[in-house]
Amino acid sequence: MNPEIVGKTYPSTPAYLVGREKIREFAKATFHSDNSPSISIDAAKQAGFDDLIAPPTFAIVLQQQSLELVIDDPEADLDFSRVVHGDQGFSFQRQIVAGDLLTSQLSVESVKQLAGNQMIAFLTKIFDEDKQLVAEARSTLVVRG
Amino acid sequence: MEIGQIVFEKKLLLTRDSLVRYAGASGDFNPIHYRDDIAKQVGLPGVLAHGMLTMGAAISPLFDEAGIKLVEYSVRFSKPVPVDADAGAELTVSAEVVGIEDGLAKLAIKAVFDEQTVLAKSFAWVKND
Repeated sequence: MNPEIVGKTYPSTPAYLVGREKIREFAKATFHSDNSPSISIDAAKQAGFDDLIAPPTFAIVLQQQSLELVIDDPEADLDFSRVVHGDQGFSFQRQIVAGDLLTSQLSVESVKQLAGNQMIAFLTKIFDEDKQLVAEARSTLVVRG
Repeated sequence: MEIGQIVFEKKLLLTRDSLVRYAGASGDFNPIHYRDDIAKQVGLPGVLAHGMLTMGAAISPLFDEAGIKLVEYSVRFSKPVPVDADAGAELTVSAEVVGIEDGLAKLAIKAVFDEQTVLAKSFAWVKND
């Protein structure tokens, strides 16, 4: 990874329509229960939502879309085959709900050298159709030296 | 919630089927999560669980109870989780309340595989009202 990429912000990704069945599929794959508000419409409605609520880590799908831009960026020079996931965090302004139309925008926050490896910190902001911030995803990737 | 309270503790069995299912659901088709030959080529003991699968599974019991109250969740992937083709990998996931401030409860999220902590410095903050 090119360390001079720090501070670069990539363009917004094309709008991603959050599907009800995609939420359900993701929730089942991450061991949510049948009465989860990510699987049961009744449970989501009881929680005050019109449709299924995405599981907490669903935002990774949006982060991944932004990360593809970095992987395809010759200036970034990121060898993804040597990448290991170090840290991941999410903070939520509101829940992601089926029917949301989301975009994401990634910035490179830091590139550090540590014991022969590179640690790259990314911040991805996720916005809804009204350009309101929905969630932030912070990720540290380790590129093995 | 009160400090010291164990909100949940649960055992989950990750199998190769779980990894394929997660790959499809998330779109993460890195072959180290389903092909032993490729995993070994890059110096790994064998197929590993997606870190994001462990992260997602470790929060699912809390979210299903208090989902709309989750405001932040962050983890460090401290150890890989190899998933044996026959036996799978049994994870023990748990959450303990470790702090309460400003209307938020801070929970330490743990995931243990083979007596080793695979998520370190992992916390969730939920609204405590």
